[in-house]
Amino acid sequence: MSDAALKLDQAEVGRIFREESGRSVAALIRVFGDIDIAEDAVQEAFAVALRKWPGDGLPPNPGGWITTTARKRAIDRLRRESRERELLGEVVVLSPGDDDPRMSREVGSVQDDRLRLIFTCCHPALSTEAQVALTLRLLGGLSTNEVARSFLVTEPTMAQRLVRAKRKIKAARIPYRVPGDEELPDRLRPVLAVVYLLYNAGLTSSSEPDLCSEAIRLARILATLMADELEVAGLLALLLLIESRRASRLRSDGSLVLLGEQDRRRWDRALIEEGQAIVRRCLRRNQPGPYQLQAAINAVHADAATFEQTDWSQILALYDQLLAVAPTPVVALNRAIAIGEVEGPAAALALVDELGLDNYYAFHATRADLLRRLGRNSEAAAAYERAAAMAPTDAERDFLRLGGRAFR
Amino acid sequence: MAQYLLSVHTVEGEVREPMTAEEMQQSWKEIQVLNEEMKSAGAWLFTGALHEPDTATVVRMSGGKVLTTDGPFAESKEHLGGFYIIEAKDLDAALAWASKTAAAVRRPIEVRPFRVFEA
Repeated sequence: MSDAALKLDQAEVGRIFREESGRSVAALIRVFGDIDIAEDAVQEAFAVALRKWPGDGLPPNPGGWITTTARKRAIDRLRRESRERELLGEVVVLSPGDDDPRMSREVGSVQDDRLRLIFTCCHPALSTEAQVALTLRLLGGLSTNEVARSFLVTEPTMAQRLVRAKRKIKAARIPYRVPGDEELPDRLRPVLAVVYLLYNAGLTSSSEPDLCSEAIRLARILATLMADELEVAGLLALLLLIESRRASRLRSDGSLVLLGEQDRRRWDRALIEEGQAIVRRCLRRNQPGPYQLQAAINAVHADAATFEQTDWSQILALYDQLLAVAPTPVVALNRAIAIGEVEGPAAALALVDELGLDNYYAFHATRADLLRRLGRNSEAAAAYERAAAMAPTDAERDFLRLGGRAFR
Repeated sequence: MAQYLLSVHTVEGEVREPMTAEEMQQSWKEIQVLNEEMKSAGAWLFTGALHEPDTATVVRMSGGKVLTTDGPFAESKEHLGGFYIIEAKDLDAALAWASKTAAAVRRPIEVRPFRVFEA
């Protein structure tokens, strides 16, 4: 195989390994019934890969190689620990041998394992923080240190969060299975929320590995494994459409570029087409949910060659639907922004002022923009200042400060 | 199988809509039905409702002597009001029973796994 001739450096081994390790961790948890054993064994397999792959080249089926190597390591370990001889008896029954036909059968079932794993990681009995950390660590294959850096906490803090979450899974017996049809809607919600949260964390953090790509990778896996769930497809479409604009979202100095001022020629057409195709497929099924509707709104934005050509009445209609299925103040705020484009800033401001989202920076930023458009400049300046004080990132804060200064 | 404690907590001084006699009757009926359901499913191990925390007495060893004092152990606003001990195959099964319990007793239910000690 020509793959064998491929020269791999350690960073590449790390990247490929990370891409593939989620499957292996998921498969080994099923076989051994223990997250720590699976994690440690896959970690050991990584050490072997770092030693072997750069010289020998990439194995033809890296995922299968990792699973096989890790399983051998885990069995060796259990064998060493004589206390667990009983468990070993079970393992031998459960795990197929290493010969190829059985291996390929195992590869066929690992898909379901990853699905099992994400439902365990995102079980509602775990805190959102724990859900996110477990998902990145176990499915994303990120190291504890990488997960810690992504969320701006120290490594010991993150390590402890992971340990605590895994202890709860074990002690409380959080099951390792895909929920049944009747539970699925409730159980899918935190899974989708975690993936969306990961993407948004990626937008505001510059740490490696890139969380936006990680979130899209997870969304793709979920969309493949749950092809019938329209909200899963909707989430993937939403992420692809937001991602298509990521490169034009920030200037080279890191400052924020508003949707209306972005260079639309820099939007990624391939991502837009993929996202819009999913949105069209969802629309045909006509069972709208929050992610599908947000994707549809982004699809309308992507259709407009210029900001002025945006079909705001269609966006407003979609926000009306979104508000019906997800009646949150944040959705109401975004709907008011659409009203501002259709009926003008005065109508929008009246709606915004009713929301009283005093602790939300986007509320003040929206008010500031509407007040500016109404020529109420000193009020606008005050609102910009309040928004800036609450902005979650430097880019957004600088942007809002700039807006505020212009009208002082 | 694992065992779980499903507990109902009372909060001192908490203002609640008082239940009418009819509502209490209805809740009581639902609890009886739930108990039967748990028993026939093989999930029920024990259940009990407790008297108010001011009926509690604490016994502790102090310098080799028994010291008996009045009152609940913890200076807390929340007290255990009643509980179930159930057997379930995993947390999801325990949470399903807890949901039914919460509906019947009209209170939040805390679910905690029992430790398992290997023989």
